[in-house]
Formats: sequence, structure tokens, C-alpha cells
Amino acid sequence: MIVELGHFALILAFMVAILQTIVPLVGAHKNWTDWMAAANPLATLQFVLIALSFGALTYAFVVSDFSVALVVNNSHSLKPLLYKITGVWGNHEGSLLMWIMILALFGACAAWFGGNLPATLQARVLGVQGSVGVAFIAFTLFTSNPFLRSEVPPFNGGDLNPLLQDPGLALHPPFLYLGYVGLSMAFSFAVAALIEGKVDAAWGRWVRPWTLAAWVFLTIGIGLGSWWAYYELGWGGFWFWDPVENASFMPWLFATALLHSAIVVEKRETLKAWTILLAITGFGFSLMGTFIVRSGLLTSVHAFAADPERGIFLLLIFAVFIGGSLTLFAMRSGALEAKGVFGLVSRESALVLNNILLAVGALVVFVGTMWPLLSELAFGRVLSVGPPFFDASFTPFWVALLVLLPVGAILPWKRGNVGRALRSLSGVIVLAVALGALTWTLQTGESIIAPIGAVLGIWLFFGALADLWMRTGRQSIGHRLRRLTRLPRADWGKAVSHGGLGVTAFAVSVLLGWSSEDIRVAQIGESFLHEGYTLTLTDVRREQGPNYFTDMAIIDVSREGEFVAQMTTEKRVYPAAGMPTTEAGIDSSFWRDIYIALGDPQDDGGWVLRTYVKPLAGWLWGGLLMMAFGGLISLSDRRYRIAAGARKAPPATAPAE
Amino acid sequence: MLRGVILALTMVLAAPLLAPLFAGPAHAVLPDEVLDDPVLEARAREITKDLRCVVCRNENVDSSDADVARDIRLMVRERLVAGDSDEEAIQYMVDRFGEFILLNPRASGSNLVLWLAAPFLLLAGLGIAIMALRQRRAANAPLTAEEELRLRQILED
Repeated sequence: MIVELGHFALILAFMVAILQTIVPLVGAHKNWTDWMAAANPLATLQFVLIALSFGALTYAFVVSDFSVALVVNNSHSLKPLLYKITGVWGNHEGSLLMWIMILALFGACAAWFGGNLPATLQARVLGVQGSVGVAFIAFTLFTSNPFLRSEVPPFNGGDLNPLLQDPGLALHPPFLYLGYVGLSMAFSFAVAALIEGKVDAAWGRWVRPWTLAAWVFLTIGIGLGSWWAYYELGWGGFWFWDPVENASFMPWLFATALLHSAIVVEKRETLKAWTILLAITGFGFSLMGTFIVRSGLLTSVHAFAADPERGIFLLLIFAVFIGGSLTLFAMRSGALEAKGVFGLVSRESALVLNNILLAVGALVVFVGTMWPLLSELAFGRVLSVGPPFFDASFTPFWVALLVLLPVGAILPWKRGNVGRALRSLSGVIVLAVALGALTWTLQTGESIIAPIGAVLGIWLFFGALADLWMRTGRQSIGHRLRRLTRLPRADWGKAVSHGGLGVTAFAVSVLLGWSSEDIRVAQIGESFLHEGYTLTLTDVRREQGPNYFTDMAIIDVSREGEFVAQMTTEKRVYPAAGMPTTEAGIDSSFWRDIYIALGDPQDDGGWVLRTYVKPLAGWLWGGLLMMAFGGLISLSDRRYRIAAGARKAPPATAPAE
Repeated sequence: MLRGVILALTMVLAAPLLAPLFAGPAHAVLPDEVLDDPVLEARAREITKDLRCVVCRNENVDSSDADVARDIRLMVRERLVAGDSDEEAIQYMVDRFGEFILLNPRASGSNLVLWLAAPFLLLAGLGIAIMALRQRRAANAPLTAEEELRLRQILED
């Protein structure tokens, strides 16, 4: 019964979404205020209905209702409750329902918090958002309905893919979707602005928080995915250039570019057409990501199911929305006049360069991701494009971005002077180069990536500090420290995010330069030495979890006679799904992770053990968290909360611009 | 002050770099696969890192647990022991499994499009941006010297 109610609520939401598309758009066109005003309650209603529907599906999973086909295929009565709930989105249909719920949530947020938007703009934003909802609810209902019943309910289900039964991956999709779908707001704002034919500073100020929020979620989502790969796949890699990873990385790059170009629109009223274009392509790549993952077009570890019918439907959605909005863009972008003028050396130009590097980088990733398909179709050449290509092609973009970032960040608006900027960063340059040289001498015969990456990481981190410090004026230290605490939150957010990128860059390069591994067969009771640590395999036990069996190795770690940790590392088998997983044992400390994966038992009674010592591993995700946290700080800036009539004076603390 | 802080943080950051860190000897993915000659073994690992496990979704031979990955690892080592150069060993694999096995696509023929995409797109992006900026500057042409002089006169008055 509850399942049918959920199904019914979804169908109602479909109707509401159609109304939400037509009524406000017509209203805004004819300037009928009551029609425009209908958008708000419709957006709220659509969200409530989809949330009910999602709740009904969750209920079916929690009580293991095996009359629902989706529950049969993705759940098991013995599964822990947490994974029964996360199983709702651990499959194509359920994750799509979550996708549209988040889409409706963003629409509802624009209704709830968009009170200070001009009435026509708000109506149009909600209308466009509604139309995306129509397309995806239709996709769900007609090709991927989660509420279908199975004819003969079995006694138990086929279980969720064991790889997905993990706390990191449980949270990874919701965050990723909040990011992907969050970009739909930027898209809706862009299309609404094109219909209005007007983009001004106020528009930039409205778009920024939405983009920023989407970016924060996307950053966390990607970080969680990478962290999961690190501890779950059994050898401590953190980025594989898998098509699905690329599918999340491309929107992230565009979102980052958009975030920066929206600043230029807000502060300087220029780069308008470009920003609109970025908003469209950013969401376009989100859709493309969904398409890549869901169509099974490209083989990947993450793809749920290859289904050509779904692929064609998604391709159609993509073509209509992106083709339509680009056509609109071609027709209307001429009307977007730029106001601010800027010199070739200026903050604006630096941000243009940032945008070019990010956008071109994303396109290169796109070409690499799609090339196997293109090559097979066009040249009959079946091939792979793997990490070596992406490392070689994308790393230069990172390097260029990181080199330019600290300089660009302190250049003044309108017209700047590179020499002056470099002089004020001279301390940072010296420091970075010195440490890079140190890195170079310490590592012998390793790749050149490590020292270069270390230099860039340090350059970025201290560049961000210097940026903050320079904003405090030229008076006494005490005075400057006081001013530091009163800088706008957006400035702090910028510094924390840029600093976080530096930390991540530093960690990645150290990790690549100095990870060490040891692979051996160890007998129970045997001790061995690795990187100064003495590891003793004390026992391997066969144990039983709620829905799996596990071989659990106990390893005592000590260093120079002092106890460091007792680590456990497991190899699990999930009988219902018939799949093994590795649960690496990780001992994290500030400076390093000890990472142990258990392999197969040998004929002589020994076990294969892979032991890695990974310096600064925790910093990698720490840096990503810093980046996301910086975004949150920025988001809390009061300039967004009071959001504001188009052109209020900037807060008094901001330097004159 | 700033320099002091920087120096202090440098020390903190440099600490792990100063710790003597020596890479251990290279090991193969499974202990019984390891070659006695560390140079050959290191070469084998570099090669297998760039070969795709042909039955896996997207994994290299070096890190895969699949049986075929193990076979390929052993085959590569056999070729190296038999005296093949890296290129010959890789070509041997391509002959058996096709180009699909290469994670590092060859920069030849149609693949030139792939490899040249990055520099070409970057140049195109920069070119378009510079053109757009030029155009805009022309449209919003700065004051001529004469106008500037007049402006200064007006301001001084």
C-alpha cells in the first residue's frame, strides 16, 4: 500500500512539475503576477510529493518488502539497517529518485529563499527548474520506475553490491548528486537571464551562492569517492581516471570556473556571456555524467547497468536542454552588454586565464574519456585511454593553474602589475623554491613530479596566507591582526580554499614520491621490517558478520620496540552477492598512513600481505575538506544573506575596488 | 613577523622531508612472481602498470587480482627474462590482446587527434580570449593622449 502511495505521489509530482514549468513562464511573459506567484507553492508541493515518494521507497527497503522488484535485486533481510537505507540509492532507479528529489529541493529552496529576487526572474528560474524536473521524472516513471512489483516475491533478496556496503560510499552519492543537481540552479538562472535578456551585478550575486553550494557538495562528494577507493580497493590508489570519476571531475572543473567568473560578473559587470555559457556547459556536463554512468556507454567500475533504451532517453534530454539553451544563448547573448573595462594585466584577466585553463582542462578530460568510443566508431580502432594519457595531458593544466593562482589572487581589479605582485610574494617564492630543492635532493632517482608538486603546494598555501595578510593594511602588527579577524568571510573562504588546494597538491606529490610497498607471504607469528616498522602477523581468524564471512588478520605494529598499533585487515565474502571485498587495515597518523591489505592464503599456510607506508596520506583529504570548508565560510558571508537590492555599496571593510 | 611565521611553518613542513626515507626493494604483486633481478623486476612493474587487465572494468594488470592479469604479469616477466626490450615486450602483448591492452594509447595515426587535443584546445582557448579582449578594448577604446591631457586640465581646474 505504502509503495503504491509513493508511486502515486511521484505521478502527482510529474503533473505538478508540468504546471510549474508552464504557469510561471507564461505568467512572466504576460506579466501576470498571480500566475508568477503560483511558482512558489508549486515548487514546494513538487518537493513534498517527491520526498513522500522517496520516503515510501525507503520504507520498502527498511522492512525488506520483497514484493518490490528493486528491493529484491538490491537488498537482503540480513543486511544492517544502515545499508538497507543506503541501498535505496545504491542502484539506478533509487538513485534517480534521489536525483529528482534533490532537484526539487533546490527548486523549493529558490522558492523559499528567493523572496528578494525580481518577480519575473524568480518565476522564470522556477519554471526552468520545473522543466528539468519534468524531463527527469518522466525518465524515472517511464524507463526506470523504482516502484514496480515482482510477480512472485522471493523469500530473500540478492543483496546490495558489497562494495557499496560501506559508510564512505553510503554518503558519496548524496553529496555528489547535491553537487551535480546544484548546478541545475546555475543553469536555471542562466536560461532565465537569457529569457529576460538581462544580466547584472545582482544576477551574479544571486548565482554565486548556488554555484558555491553545488561546488562544496561536489568537492565533498568527489573527496568521499576518492577516500573510499583508497581504503576499499586494496592498494591505496586515490584517483584512477575512470570514466565515472571523470564524469564527476568535469562538472567540478566547470563549477570551479563558473564560481570564479561569477565573481567578475558581480564585481565588475563584465564576462557576462561567458559566465552564462559556463553555467550551461557546467550543467551540461552534469547531465553528460549521468548519461555516461547510466547508459553503460563506457565500461567502468561504477556503472550500474548497461541499457541502451535509457541511454537514448537521456541523450534526448541532454540534446533538448543543452541544445535548446545554447540556441537561446546564440540568439540572446549579443544583448548582454559588458560594462567594466580591464587591462590585460588585472584580476579580471587572471580570472579569464583561470577559466580558460579549467575549461580547456575539462575538455581534454572529455576528449580522453570519449576517445575509445569515437576511435572505435570512426576508425575501427579498439583501444583504451588510461591514467598515463590523463596524467600526461592534464598535469600541465594543474601546474599552470597552481603557478598562476597566488599571483592572480592578489592582482588588483582593472589594472595590475605583475612585478609588484611578485615582489610582495617574494618571501613565498623563495620558501617554495628552497623546499622544492630540498625535496629534489632528498629523493634520488624518483620522478620529477614530487619536487615540482611540493613547490607548488607550498607556494599555494603560503600564497593564500600572504593574500590574507596583505589585506590587513600597513599598520602595526597588532592592528593588522585585529583587522584579520574582521576581514569579510568571503576573503577567509578564498584563502582557506586556496590553501586547501595547496595542501592537497603537496600531499599528492609527497604521496607519489615516497609511498613504499612491501609484498610478501607471511606465516602466522612471523615478523618483518618495513620502513622502520616491525610488523607481526599474530593471527588470522575466520569470523562471521551479519551478512558476510571474513578472514581477519591481526597485525601488531611496533617501532624500535615501542608499540604503535594493533591493526586488523580483512578479506570478506558476501555469499548472497557472491563477491569478495578487501577491507584494508589503515593506521592513520598525522605524518603517514600504514596501510595493510590481506591477500590469499598460500599452500604452506602463509598469507599474502601487502604493506604500504604512505606519507601525508591524510593531508590529501584534509586539503579537500579545507577547500570545501572555505566554500562554506564564503557562503556564510553576510553579503549573501542580506542578498540585496542590486547595487548596494560594498561593506565598509572591503578595500575600494 | 610574516617571515618568522613562514620560517617556523617551513620547519614543521620540512620535518617529514628530512626524515631519512629509503624506498624498499621492488616487489611484484604476488611474492612468487617476483624476479630475482631487481632491475628486470622494476622494468616489469613499470610495463604492467600501463597494461590493462583485459577482463576487468578499468584496472591495470599490476594491481588486479584477476587470473588473466596474473598470466599477463608472468608473460611480461618471461619476455624480459628472455631478453626482450620494454618495447618488444609491450608489442608482444599488443600482438596477442590488441591495442586495447595499452592504457597509454599510442601517439600514432588517428590517435594524434587525442594527443594533440590538449595543446590545440589550449591555443584555441587563449586565441579566442585574446581576440575577444582586443575587440572589447577597441570598443571601449582608452582615451587618446589628447583626451587625457584635456581630462587632466579639467580635473586640475
